[in-house]
Amino acid sequence: MAVMGIADALREGIREEMRRDPTVFCIGEDIGVKGGWGGAFTVTLGLVDEFGPERILDTPISESGFCGIAIGAAMTGMRPIADVQYGDFLFCMMDQLANQAAKMTYMAGGEVKVPMVMRAPVGSTRRGAQHAQTLEVFFTHVPGLKVVAPSTAYDAKGLLKAAVRDDNPVLMFEHKLLYGSKGNRAEKGAISPIGDVPDEDYIVPIGKGAIRRRGRDVTIVGKLLTVYRALAAADELARSGVEAEVIDPRTLVPLDKEMVLESVRKTHRFVVVEEDNRTHGWGAEIAAMVAEEAFWWLDAPPVRVSAPDTPPPFAPLLEQLYVPSVERVVSAVQRLM
Amino acid sequence: MPLAQAELVGLYRRMLLIRRFEERCNALFLQGRIPSTLHLYIGQEAVAVGACSVLRRDDWVFGTHRPHGHALAKGVSPRIIMAELMAKVTGCCRGKGGSMHVGDVREGAFPAIAIVGAGLPIAAGAALSAKMRGTDQVAIGFHGEGAANEGDWHEALNMAAVWRLPVVYVCENNLYGASTHFSKAFAVAHVADRASAYGMPGEVVDGNDVEAVHDAAERAVARARLGEGPTLLECLTYRQCGHSRSDACNYRPDEEEASWKDRDPLKVTADRLSTCVPSVPFVPSDLETDVAAEIDDAVAFAESSPDPTPDDLLRHVFWEGD
Repeated sequence: MAVMGIADALREGIREEMRRDPTVFCIGEDIGVKGGWGGAFTVTLGLVDEFGPERILDTPISESGFCGIAIGAAMTGMRPIADVQYGDFLFCMMDQLANQAAKMTYMAGGEVKVPMVMRAPVGSTRRGAQHAQTLEVFFTHVPGLKVVAPSTAYDAKGLLKAAVRDDNPVLMFEHKLLYGSKGNRAEKGAISPIGDVPDEDYIVPIGKGAIRRRGRDVTIVGKLLTVYRALAAADELARSGVEAEVIDPRTLVPLDKEMVLESVRKTHRFVVVEEDNRTHGWGAEIAAMVAEEAFWWLDAPPVRVSAPDTPPPFAPLLEQLYVPSVERVVSAVQRLM
Repeated sequence: MPLAQAELVGLYRRMLLIRRFEERCNALFLQGRIPSTLHLYIGQEAVAVGACSVLRRDDWVFGTHRPHGHALAKGVSPRIIMAELMAKVTGCCRGKGGSMHVGDVREGAFPAIAIVGAGLPIAAGAALSAKMRGTDQVAIGFHGEGAANEGDWHEALNMAAVWRLPVVYVCENNLYGASTHFSKAFAVAHVADRASAYGMPGEVVDGNDVEAVHDAAERAVARARLGEGPTLLECLTYRQCGHSRSDACNYRPDEEEASWKDRDPLKVTADRLSTCVPSVPFVPSDLETDVAAEIDDAVAFAESSPDPTPDDLLRHVFWEGD
């Protein structure tokens, strides 16, 4: 058992999977350069020393191209772990992800599989409109992709290992403020979801959520950073006697719907907190699901606490307004009570 | 190495199979028995047949939105292609792919990729896989000349060259990207001119001469198998039909169409065979009978096959196991 942050936990997960299975390899930009960074956020730092540049494969700046290469390798017996430096760059490879990786198995009538992982850092971190988006929902909408979003070190390692072993394309979204608050790539304002990570082999099954806090009065669902905003809000609410239940789905596709619905049937109130833009967003889908499937248990309308419909702003003052704050979550819950 | 006469007869037969298969598809489409759109391969048969003639069964091809010829040339059964076109559950994609995605992974033909250029990095990925796994398999990425103006084409060729991947990029320059003439889309004389920019050999090939395609592909595949890296082959050919079923080709001069039909790939090969010293008989009418029977069988198989059931709609979104 070791105590570590998410970047370290992911690195250990990758290392163990690469040791276990010779078909697993990493592909991406600046991931294996000696004297370099180990990817934009240190996740692959040092892995090239153990596995060599053939299995920690640095690519030119060609996002669509290396995504396609990962897909082709996955279709022919390999298990690539690809990554982009910033999730925003996933748009450069949208065709490869949404038209190729996602649809290959279906359009081949089940005869071809694409066992690959694509990792992507997301979240507002004073980088403005093109390096700070939250864009999971673009991918949760595409049939054929699995999508995971770990918010703890334990889940990061366990979901990474489950994703590598899955026979489908899995997108893993990682929040830049959750990688760890120490080290030379730590972000200003980072929090440290440092936790115990077992030494022995384990996975976190794809499709299973986690209840982060038990409560009877309101269900709050968040993902990545907003799990922590929800937990902080729950602590605040507890002072006035409101006990919130906080759910972290961990996997966005397939969603652990039953965990959310069971909680709502108990609490009768529902809030979803997201860093996504509000309209047509991830929260909208979760709220619609709750409205459709737990309507008769609700005592109040389902509520979204979201980012506004703007690009992520640069100015720290504006960014604070953009990302849902603890206060916004608290006041959203108070309006329901 | 020049092809033996017997081999050339074999290639002629395969081209004839593709030609007659496509003609039958056209007829079945007009009769309403094929629900799909169709991008017919008529006129380009020598490219797929010549290129695939130097591959092993465990090599891979990645076809395009015009893939029937690629699949047939790689050895996919006409039965399961026809069943796919007729949207039957016995089709090579269980009726979920349709004309633009035919393939059979058991024959090394992946489901064709109908987004222009997108299959080229995927072919490079298959080649990377062969290299990493230490096999000597080779991948061919077929594409029209239009794909050479997509970003994926450039990214794929660059990475294939940087990593010396065992992939051959076979460009079928049929002069038109949908209805747009080559001259409106390229400032270079040949697609192959671009190969040097990526540090790989590029060759312009007579794409209506199956022997020329075979020879060029043989060199390129040998190079790939030896670990010497990728090659770009630009095969000059002509799409004798429209881009798709609804295209009357009013944008093409009659003289241009006529001159290419004079150099029809079947005619080119038949003429050459008629002057060869025969080691095996070359009787075109016998081959016609033979090919017609194979296509009749494919149509009968497809028509007697069951439709998908409603349950099939929701299946295979994710992998269900081997």
